[in-house]
Amino acid sequence: MKRTLVAATFFLVLLGLWQLATMSGRWSPVILPPPAMVAEYLWDALRDGSLTEAIEVTLRRLLIGYAIGVAIGLPLGLLTSTSDYFEDTIGALALGLQTLPSVCWVPLALLWFGQTESAMLFVVVMGTVWSVVLATDTGARTIPPIYARAARTMGSEGFDKWTRVILPASLPFVVSGMKQGWAFAWRSLMAAEIFVTILTGFGLGHLLQYGRELSAMDQVIGVMVVIVVIGLIADKALFSPWERFLHRRWGTGLK
Amino acid sequence: MTANESEPRASPPAELVVESIDKWFRTDRTTTHAVEDISFRVAGGEFVCLVGPSGCGKSTLLDIVAGLTTPDQGRVLADGQLVQGPGRHRLVMFQESALFPWLNVFGNVMFGLHRKPELSNRQRRAIAEYHLQLVGLEKYKQAYVHELSGGMKQRVALARSLAPDPRVLLMDEPLSALDAITREQLCYDIQDIWQRRRKTIVLVTHDVREAVCFADRVFLLSPSPGRLRDEFRIPLPRPRDINSPELAHIAQRITAALKGYLTETPEAAE
Repeated sequence: MKRTLVAATFFLVLLGLWQLATMSGRWSPVILPPPAMVAEYLWDALRDGSLTEAIEVTLRRLLIGYAIGVAIGLPLGLLTSTSDYFEDTIGALALGLQTLPSVCWVPLALLWFGQTESAMLFVVVMGTVWSVVLATDTGARTIPPIYARAARTMGSEGFDKWTRVILPASLPFVVSGMKQGWAFAWRSLMAAEIFVTILTGFGLGHLLQYGRELSAMDQVIGVMVVIVVIGLIADKALFSPWERFLHRRWGTGLK
Repeated sequence: MTANESEPRASPPAELVVESIDKWFRTDRTTTHAVEDISFRVAGGEFVCLVGPSGCGKSTLLDIVAGLTTPDQGRVLADGQLVQGPGRHRLVMFQESALFPWLNVFGNVMFGLHRKPELSNRQRRAIAEYHLQLVGLEKYKQAYVHELSGGMKQRVALARSLAPDPRVLLMDEPLSALDAITREQLCYDIQDIWQRRRKTIVLVTHDVREAVCFADRVFLLSPSPGRLRDEFRIPLPRPRDINSPELAHIAQRITAALKGYLTETPEAAE
């Protein structure tokens, strides 16, 4: 309760500073609109449905792309952790491609897929998959070898060992890898939406880009706020329960 | 810790034969001769302790008996059968860190049982519950590993390795990380459980007292390369008190012998 109060006060003070800055008259409202104006834009955009539709389109792309990325990245990461050959090949590839900013995939995606949903998904998947591979690989490699030895003596080999020992043992790393993958997916999608206009759906990135084209600063800031809030909610809803679960089991991070 | 009316059947303990084992560890830079020409025999139901300073190859030897490591020369027979890999009849009680943190206490004990297809789920639960009771942890079924004390973790590890009914139990320094009081208690409990469940036990430790407390026979190993140097029969009646003067007296004699080996191989004395 006290923590909520502190957090609420903090954000109210931020809003207050913003309001004061606009009232000082140093910046024109075209450059820095007051909070009320942004709120008004958000309210209107919610009522006319343009914002809700954009959120829906963006989240659908994000979730599908992210799911594909994790589905590819998780097994690949486990695979690279098993042998030095996979590490030297797939692992090195993953390491290289992870350093490539995902917006760099946009030109290639456009040439391959044209202005389609597939191009969007491709960019998101490429943004997600490599960081998931690397995090899973690190996770599986840092498992104390004694777990695997204990499992072997108790008759756990092969597939059983992977699903019942290696995977749960690397869960803390897998979850942080998935979290990182989520952040990367979100960034890639926004980059893709800002750069590419496609007719099958206007996402939040497009809304942001139109705001710039129309010099509608209230829209630009409003959409940015929405993007941040969605990121926060996703983090709380998707990952916090997992992290709490892991902390309880492993006895880590307890206060 | 009273006997449960539904005490599960215990398999007869196996006889272990270790025949002229040699093991080298090779890395790019060095070759270490870890174990040299070690042979011994453990009768079914016997409790044997391997004692030696670090680097004497005792853990390697335990791994070889468990089937986790293959020797370069020699072989291990369990009841006449060649050991070619890990098997459920030879279970290892590792140090506490080998418990699985993603499972609770009950789940840890069930782990080995789940890998025995001949059991029904009801039998598995009954066996797990019996063994938790045996080590006195029936109230902690739902607890997670990090919530337990060091002694309790060792008890869970003991229950986990006993539950699948192995014929040989291999123990890796089960008492070394414990405080004196917990140590004394667990020492009694392990003796009690050994007499009740009658397993062949091979225990490795660097602690001579721990070895004397448990063993029918103590084998002394000297380091670099690990060699079997001597064998002491421990005639003390059971249950033994790890802090008793008689036990301390025998331990002293064995320690003196160990020191003797160390001075004759000065490069290992450091």
